[in-house]
Amino acid sequence: MNSNWKKLLSEYGTILVLILLGAGFSVVTMDEQWPADADAAQTLVANLANAHGKGSNALVLVRRGGNGEPFANALTTELKAAGLNVLETAVTQPVGARKALVAIGESDTPLAVIATDRHMANFCKEQLPKLAIKYSVLAKAKVYTPASYKWPNFLKKANLLNIMKQISVVAIIAIGMTMIIITAGIDLSVGSLIAFSGVVTALVIQSVGGDSPTTTHLFIGIASGVFACGLIGMFTGGMVTLFGIPAFIVTLGVMFVARGMSFILAESSPIPVQNPGFGWLGRGEGLLGLPNSVLLMGLLFVLAHLLMKRTTIGRYIYAVGGNPEAARLSGVPVKWILVFVYTLCGLLAGLGGVMEASLHVTGDPKAGNMLELQVIAAVVVGGTSLAGGQGRIFGTLVGALIIGVIRNGMNLTGVEAHMQSVVYGVVILIAVLVDQLKSKIR
Amino acid sequence: MRGIHKRFPGVHALKDVELELHPGECLALLGENGAGKSTLIKMLGGAHLPDEGVIELNGRPVRIDGPQDALAAGLAVIYQEFNLVPWLSARENIFLGQEPSRICILPAKRERKKARELFEQLGSDIDPATLCRDLTVAEQQIVEIAKALATDARILIMDEPSAALSPREVEGLFKVIESLKASGIGIIYISHRLDEIFTVADRVTFLRDGAHVGTRTIDELTREKMIELMVGRSIDQEYPKEPAEIGDVRLACKGINRGAKVQDVTLSVRRGEILGLTGLVGSGRTETARILFGADKPESGKITLDGKELSLANPREAIASGICLLTEDRKTQGLVLGQTILENFGLPNLKSFSRYNWIDRGRERSSMLDHGKKLQIKMTGPDQVAATLSGGNQQKVVLAKWLERNAEVLLFDEPTRGIDVGAKYEIYQLMNRLAAQGKAILMISSELPEVLGMSDRIVVMHEGQVKGEITDVPNATQQDIMKIAVG
Repeated sequence: MNSNWKKLLSEYGTILVLILLGAGFSVVTMDEQWPADADAAQTLVANLANAHGKGSNALVLVRRGGNGEPFANALTTELKAAGLNVLETAVTQPVGARKALVAIGESDTPLAVIATDRHMANFCKEQLPKLAIKYSVLAKAKVYTPASYKWPNFLKKANLLNIMKQISVVAIIAIGMTMIIITAGIDLSVGSLIAFSGVVTALVIQSVGGDSPTTTHLFIGIASGVFACGLIGMFTGGMVTLFGIPAFIVTLGVMFVARGMSFILAESSPIPVQNPGFGWLGRGEGLLGLPNSVLLMGLLFVLAHLLMKRTTIGRYIYAVGGNPEAARLSGVPVKWILVFVYTLCGLLAGLGGVMEASLHVTGDPKAGNMLELQVIAAVVVGGTSLAGGQGRIFGTLVGALIIGVIRNGMNLTGVEAHMQSVVYGVVILIAVLVDQLKSKIR
Repeated sequence: MRGIHKRFPGVHALKDVELELHPGECLALLGENGAGKSTLIKMLGGAHLPDEGVIELNGRPVRIDGPQDALAAGLAVIYQEFNLVPWLSARENIFLGQEPSRICILPAKRERKKARELFEQLGSDIDPATLCRDLTVAEQQIVEIAKALATDARILIMDEPSAALSPREVEGLFKVIESLKASGIGIIYISHRLDEIFTVADRVTFLRDGAHVGTRTIDELTREKMIELMVGRSIDQEYPKEPAEIGDVRLACKGINRGAKVQDVTLSVRRGEILGLTGLVGSGRTETARILFGADKPESGKITLDGKELSLANPREAIASGICLLTEDRKTQGLVLGQTILENFGLPNLKSFSRYNWIDRGRERSSMLDHGKKLQIKMTGPDQVAATLSGGNQQKVVLAKWLERNAEVLLFDEPTRGIDVGAKYEIYQLMNRLAAQGKAILMISSELPEVLGMSDRIVVMHEGQVKGEITDVPNATQQDIMKIAVG
């Protein structure tokens, strides 16, 4: 019993932390929610259709902005389907709403139903009694608004998707970083590679495509950016294996070189990409309404998990980290494995750079500043040991999620930036402490 | 120690163990691997607390919770793996952690004098200023003993102190033990080499499967009796040699050189042959084997396999051409200790278990279980972490991975070091089977009875050179080998 608990704690400890964080932020961000979507429209109309027969006159009043337009349209459609007579669909400001009501009053048509959102409901509450004195046709009109309910802002679908979107770049690079750290190495250059990749991509698109690059030009640019970072990763791996220089030093050097080169190439200013299609990866949505970056992240994590658990390369990576000499004497191509992981991490950093550039449709030499530390933090929080030999790919995803959730939660609750930094630091220290306790338990 | 019980998750490691040690006595602790010897001495060293039972010192119960308590009680454990800092001198290592100074200025002079005295007492002429990394294994052992004595230890526990020593160095160790006994220090001595027990021990306590089997004075015991008490059954013959048919030369090297350790070495192993390669520790046997395995590159010389010249750039190529090396030190070179048995087993065999790098885990697992059954590996399952296996079972896992590989030439470097009698016997039988299948075996060993008992032919090295060869093994004696080995 006791040992089962310990095992559970060590295997799923990080998930537990994630759930606790989520629960905590859910409680703190509990708030009144005013639904304004198609579902809400349907429920609302279903309710009011019982009280009002077919042919009753209805007015749709929704404030402009946000989800106003689609909500108003949904209301109109539903009302018509329920057999009501929609006199007008007004997506407007209070002045316009007043006009619409006055117009109905002037035309002397009896109004039975006003379907509104939360803002216009407030407006009607104040103004309708006054107007009803002048226009008796408005006196019988009833105002309907979707019922509000309590729900945490944190747990809203849009917010959860937003968290995933925000962590996607860090998480994708953290895949490569996990593999490197499992081999007992480290890569400090990934933050700079994000900028380098974005700048190279934007520059290549500009030079091959001019002012109006086509999709093909975009692909050429993306391939060059990712490929360039892969080469840099390969160079790092070469320095580490051929000359035995510690990875910390090599990647520290590469970090400065890549950052400097990004500024030189970009001539110190962001390079815009003149094709909005470039934003597909960073801003677009695909399957099931999930952002493309999140879908890509999920796909890469599944592939990386399979690589680490089910293929010879994965086994070799763990073995190299666990005991390089025993691995070598068992016929593992230790040097190739090291070059492989650094190259892969470079490629993923390049991809992360493209995603970051895609998000802003710009190649920015300032992008990814200090991001390497977030990536390393995600890996460490996810339970991968810096001593090498141990770690799980999905652990890293959980680590990235924990960091993303903390940031998001603190933003929602209005914690200011410097305090956020303090909290990150404490979380990382706790994660490493837990890791130590785990190995003691074993 | 009385009525000691220790339970670990899933294992009852010690069951009602008794142990009694008198001053000035050497008590040998014998038992197969996994019998509980290590757990017992870890208790004395302060690494574990007993679940039940008492430890008494001079008639008073003591509680040893942590290494400090052990030191305070006058107990010192010298573990198999030395705890010396390589970049500190012998003197600094001896006094590490107990610098006799209130303020932080170290009294180097006094320490140096004390260190010299200790070394003198131990009959050694080590310069206290030498860095530990420059000392031989035997000298490091002396430093470890000196370190223990410097804490005024009255009880010394030695875990396999002779495992890494050559026969001559072992003799030196025995002299040290005699003088320690004379000065009233009690010693608990653990070893798998039964000959040594007769020389050094006064009484023997036997453990089997965590239980106390009995304690005998050395006069009551014979070699056979000892084995019977350890294993629980009698083994008719310690070295079950069955000569196989010997064929053509398989692996040979001619005039290979590498530094001072390997000078102009020429060797050959034939089909069906077990070639014993022996000599003092540091005579270049392991280094020769590493060159034959491609782990180190020779500066000159030729290696041939079945008459064809090989140029091995790395172990990977050696493995591909059918050579395997069972390393001397399975913990640092043979196994990835943090990984499971299965992962270790698969490591050199993944190619045959995978297609397009995708591992067929079912096939891998069933093959592992197959070998596990054949080699009688005691494990909870293929997913057990290698570090938690006993020494003999770890060695069997290493063997399993090479057997699956179906290597044609097997280089065994100290295959039975630190392994209990029962497992040794199984490994010897396995070597017989392999020889009968026409494989060529090169067995490096410091244990002369083993070399004489198992080899078809013996090659002796001294200071990096081949000094002699014994072909008439049945009529050779340990003296014959030692004469060549000392040069």
